Amino acid sequence: MAGVKSNSRAKPLPRFLAPLLVLFLFTLGALMLAITTGSVSISNQELWQVLNGGGEPLHRTLVFELRLPRALSAFAAGGLLAVAGALMQVLLRNPLADPYVLGLSGGAAVGALVAMLSGLSAAAVSGSAFVGAMISAITVFGLAHGTGSWTPTRLLLTGVVIASGWGAAITFMLAVSPSDQLPGMLYWLMGDLAYARSPWMALAVLAIISVVMLPLGRSLNVLARGQMQASALGVSVRPLEWTIYISASLLTAFAVTTAGSIGFVGLIVPHMLRLVLGNDQRLILPAAALAGGALLTLADTLARTLIAPEQLPAGVITALIGVPSFLYLLHRSR
Amino acid sequence: MLAATDLVIDIPERKSGTPLSFEVKAGEIWGILGPNGAGKTTLLHTLAGLKKPRAGSVNLNKDNIQQLRRKQVAQQLAVVFQNNGEGFPATVLETAMIGRHPFIAPWDIETADDLAIARKALQRLELDDLEQRLVSTLSGGERQRLAIATALCQTPKLWLADEPSNHLDLKHQVQIMGLLAEQADAGCGVILCLHDLNLAAHWCDKILLLYPNGDACWGDAEAMLTVGALERLYDQELSMISSKGQTYFMPVSSRK
Repeated sequence: MAGVKSNSRAKPLPRFLAPLLVLFLFTLGALMLAITTGSVSISNQELWQVLNGGGEPLHRTLVFELRLPRALSAFAAGGLLAVAGALMQVLLRNPLADPYVLGLSGGAAVGALVAMLSGLSAAAVSGSAFVGAMISAITVFGLAHGTGSWTPTRLLLTGVVIASGWGAAITFMLAVSPSDQLPGMLYWLMGDLAYARSPWMALAVLAIISVVMLPLGRSLNVLARGQMQASALGVSVRPLEWTIYISASLLTAFAVTTAGSIGFVGLIVPHMLRLVLGNDQRLILPAAALAGGALLTLADTLARTLIAPEQLPAGVITALIGVPSFLYLLHRSR
Repeated sequence: MLAATDLVIDIPERKSGTPLSFEVKAGEIWGILGPNGAGKTTLLHTLAGLKKPRAGSVNLNKDNIQQLRRKQVAQQLAVVFQNNGEGFPATVLETAMIGRHPFIAPWDIETADDLAIARKALQRLELDDLEQRLVSTLSGGERQRLAIATALCQTPKLWLADEPSNHLDLKHQVQIMGLLAEQADAGCGVILCLHDLNLAAHWCDKILLLYPNGDACWGDAEAMLTVGALERLYDQELSMISSKGQTYFMPVSSRK
């Protein structure tokens, strides 16, 4: 009985594959839409020519230098945030946890604003945001760890307090900033993909962490039932929690570096998926990567076409979609 | 199977305690009795290796349990907790299935065998009709039976259960104790924290009495379960009743 491996395999693959396939097609659709819509529309036929190495030069420039990198950046940032949110919810065993709950976005924002105030380049702003996020993650981790045991409540409280500290610093910086710099800063704070150019780093991080998390999925399911129960079922709780914390921090840091602090994707997407697909993290994590990515790609496409030629920050769109859908889900779950 | 050697459990604010040295052998049911706050749960968690002892050691088949990997421990030893944490929404079947976790390699998925074991355990606890129900919709007693079904899926050699009769009606109390006795007869060791003296008297082979000041004594059930010892343990006057060859302990209360 115990421990004996048999050859009779259950077939859970269709159970996992079907939803992932649907989400993959949805993602492809979102990316296509993002590439073909804008100031110059590109028909599917023209897109096909461009992808095959032909087509008009204008279309080639639009696709490969502007729209594709931006769409992929949006996809990467959305995927990173959704996976980070799903991980944080398991780590803190709190359905209201999102990637920013432990103050990472605040740290990143302070880093980005300091760089903007110093008049540094866009690349330096991204780098500075990343450093700020990691400083915040390490601070929260160190303080919550302290001398005693590491409970989700303690981690959560530490994170929330640190986050409000960053909030005060952000308000202070906005108050003393010259007015010509304010719009750029506010756009960054709301989340904006206008300056996202190279999606590859973020995509690579998303892919790597998704692969690392795959074999841990079942352990995450067990951890979702509490530290003691997980430990009694053979999970090495402490190392697993550290892995989740570090992974979620990295995911979030790369997301805010790519697109600023975009809200609600990390909170809403895992919840929507759990309501529809159940609560198996082995399915939820890859599904969150796809759904989060697709959602932000669509939101960004709306953001740059809705009042064209003006652009809205994508964060405004995700919040506009996010607030009512979250309230609806909350209302329905009662 | 499970041996404590000079074990002192770590309870904050308590200066010392009787070092515990005993061995739970295959086929034995041990009952841990004591008033609230005496440290029954702490002792159970220490025996399960979930808590570090202040002194002494716990050995699982000759290996120090603190040095074993959690997975190795979980393959032999199941713990039924007193509070079954709510956690995230999950169905009854999913919850039972996590008992198979220690036996599945990280890259593997549950096999049909695992599913069969889980279904059988749910059937044994009369929960098979509730398979797809969410745990949050179950009653307290049903949740308690589910916790035991999950432990049953773990196919343990050692059962450590914290008040397994909690929330259960009389029929299911007897059913659960019968199941644990069946496990003991099949060669398992069973350790229970109990509040119900009568369940302890009827089902346990060995009894460990844990006093609030850290004192402890242990031995055969008949020798330990005397009115004098139990009155001192609970600081409560008791009377002993015999009926149909069984002994019952009742608290004596002043109000008629």
